[in-house]
Amino acid sequence: MHKRIDEPTGTQTVGHEWDGIEELDTPMPRWWLWTLYLTIIFAIGYVIAYPAIPMLNRGSEGMLGWTSRGGLAAETREANARHAAMLRQIADTPIEQLPGKPELMQAAVAGGRAAFRVNCVQCHGAGAAGVPGLYPNLNDDDWLWGGNLREIEQTITHGIRQPGDGQTRTSLMPSFGRDGMLTPGQIQDVVSHVRTLSGKEKASAASARGAAIYADNCAACHGPAGQGGRQFGAPDLTDAIWLYGGSRDAITATLTNAHAGVMPAWANRLDAVTIRMLAAYVHSLGGGEDFTAAPAAPASDAPEAKADVRP
Amino acid sequence: MSAPEPAGTASFYEKRKSVFPRAIDGRFRRIKWFWMGVTLAIYYVTPWLRWDRGPYAPDQAVLVDLAHRRFYMFGIEIWPHEFYFVAGLLIMAGIGLFIVTSAVGRAWCGYSCPQTVWTDLFQHVDRLIDGDRNAQMRLQAAPWGPAKIARRLLKWYVYLSISLMTGGAWIYYFADAPTLHHQFWTGTAAPVAYITVAVLTATTFVLGSILREQVCIYMCPWPRIQTAMLDENSLIVTYKDWRGEPRGSVKAGKSAAAPLGDCVDCNQCVAVCPTGIDIREGPQIGCITCALCIDACDSVMAQVGREPRLIDYVTLQGAEQEKAGGARQNVLRTILRPRMLVYFGVWCAIGLMLLFALGTRRHIDISVAKDRNPAFMVLSDGSVRNAYTVKLRNMESRPRTMEIGILGLDRAVMWSDDMPRSAAARTLRRAVAADQAAPVRIYVKAPAGTSAQAFSFTVRSLDAEGAGKAGRDEHRTRFDVPGDGE
Repeated sequence: MHKRIDEPTGTQTVGHEWDGIEELDTPMPRWWLWTLYLTIIFAIGYVIAYPAIPMLNRGSEGMLGWTSRGGLAAETREANARHAAMLRQIADTPIEQLPGKPELMQAAVAGGRAAFRVNCVQCHGAGAAGVPGLYPNLNDDDWLWGGNLREIEQTITHGIRQPGDGQTRTSLMPSFGRDGMLTPGQIQDVVSHVRTLSGKEKASAASARGAAIYADNCAACHGPAGQGGRQFGAPDLTDAIWLYGGSRDAITATLTNAHAGVMPAWANRLDAVTIRMLAAYVHSLGGGEDFTAAPAAPASDAPEAKADVRP
Repeated sequence: MSAPEPAGTASFYEKRKSVFPRAIDGRFRRIKWFWMGVTLAIYYVTPWLRWDRGPYAPDQAVLVDLAHRRFYMFGIEIWPHEFYFVAGLLIMAGIGLFIVTSAVGRAWCGYSCPQTVWTDLFQHVDRLIDGDRNAQMRLQAAPWGPAKIARRLLKWYVYLSISLMTGGAWIYYFADAPTLHHQFWTGTAAPVAYITVAVLTATTFVLGSILREQVCIYMCPWPRIQTAMLDENSLIVTYKDWRGEPRGSVKAGKSAAAPLGDCVDCNQCVAVCPTGIDIREGPQIGCITCALCIDACDSVMAQVGREPRLIDYVTLQGAEQEKAGGARQNVLRTILRPRMLVYFGVWCAIGLMLLFALGTRRHIDISVAKDRNPAFMVLSDGSVRNAYTVKLRNMESRPRTMEIGILGLDRAVMWSDDMPRSAAARTLRRAVAADQAAPVRIYVKAPAGTSAQAFSFTVRSLDAEGAGKAGRDEHRTRFDVPGDGE
């Protein structure tokens, strides 16, 4: 270590020397030191004011009592307060009049989208496309229990086949095969007939035999022409949409064991406004029906029907 | 902290040595005066210039409209998705600095850098209130008394006023200047305006009145970068030691044994230097090449009747040449050299590309995001529906009606979510507000049996421009159908 004053600069060297190369010990500017002290003072204040020091079970709390969770809660409260007026309006507007108020409808669809992500995607999927064989697709124009806003709201509120809810959507297709109501041969005949209804098969001797069995056993719910019956949640057999599959095997399985899908009654878990917004969102997915267009709607649902209520 | 350091040991920290540059007049000082006026005028006047863009757009010539994501510069309006224009301008500015640096050294530092301009301004304030260099030094050393306190308070008041005007002018670039000016002084402007002004006032005050040359020497990365870009053909402020040394006063020169050089060791070059360095020690990081020492030295040389330009803009190569007794280098030739031409060529090429892009860009745009979940939807009649979020952009400052069409997918029809399905057609019309983007949710339905294929959405404005290319755009996307399995 040989510290010396460097001739040209007048600055002292640090004393190291590597192959003749030395380093000047140029002093730092003093304001830099003050800046460092200021940051230290700031840091001490920060540590006192905010949660900072980790300890055994939990960290220090900070004098301001701030927490990130509390910050989130405050922001949520603020957002809720901001939305409160809109939510009240949506709640106070009869659902038939909702489509006539575009800004309310838009808000309802947006709110419904958020609620759907939390409550519905587990079964119906993030894109509301359902799962073939399990949960119906909500984007299409085929509705088991009705596709206008009021019917959707009713379905969400009371659920499907929910014991304990007096107004729940309910029906039960018999297990024709398992319970021995039809023989396997008869079931194959009915399958042939059902497939002719949607043009999947050409009429044959089997389908003619099946037509007779259909008229006796199935037409009560699915209708004589197979157009379905929404008061029973009986699907339309003439269209291209098959929740449980439209192949011979799939229809055979359905006739043998029947299906009875369930959905929770959301009135127990969500408030009325959220359910209304969910209905608006599901309705907006591209297949929602107008109040007049709903075929086979129960009589009580039709009083205020309007022509083309979509804006 | 202010205790004197014991002699012989180096201190870890060094107190700032105050710089009190003496006033000087001369060629470069006048250039600096002129340029200071130009740069300050650009800064203060620009937001107040008006530019008529019709009733639907702001009439401020230069406006960074952060709230609406628009950037206006005279006849040019930039949307966020056209930010590459701004990126191109920044690249041009960067290469422009390369050009300037390799031609005339740190001219940016010496003349145009805001830190230099504002420091210069603050030093003029010092001289105006405290007097010139010697008076300032006396006042600095004087004990605190009523007179010193009064002068200091007056000076800080002026500093603060300049800082406030500096910080205050900045916000006018981000909103309509006259409106914001009125709002600001009536207390109705947005909090962010006051916060911005407060922060910029504080930084201007600290950087301009306290830190000054410390910014250039310790904080700014640019001197280091420039040092790497200088070469032997870059003009730098040079003390011609071969002419000046050995230095000595005129009196000493008469009695000296050997003849002395031209430098009379009057220290005027040090006295006028705004960063407080001695240029006679050679090129150094503290030299911002403001050339005030050239003015100072020239005036002294004129007084003692010697050749001017003992300190001068000289390149390293020129210095070698003159040292060896050669002629003064031709400045024009140092500027017109291959490296400069390459820089200039690149700079021009980027500029031309930007101009070309600007001239050929369309003021209508369609972009399509296809729904992927679900990718397709079978309807009850067996037909297939795909959903798209289509965004129409009207980049004209007037409302326009646009027609959306389908190119390909011959049997398909479409409808949007705000119209009845029964009105589905091959074209849709939408009114798009002036200078706005309009999102439309579109469903496209094709009959059963359609194969998966690519197709395009087209848009055409229903005005004179729609007939030509400038009023049309299209976006290619896909139509998906279910696979074979049931």
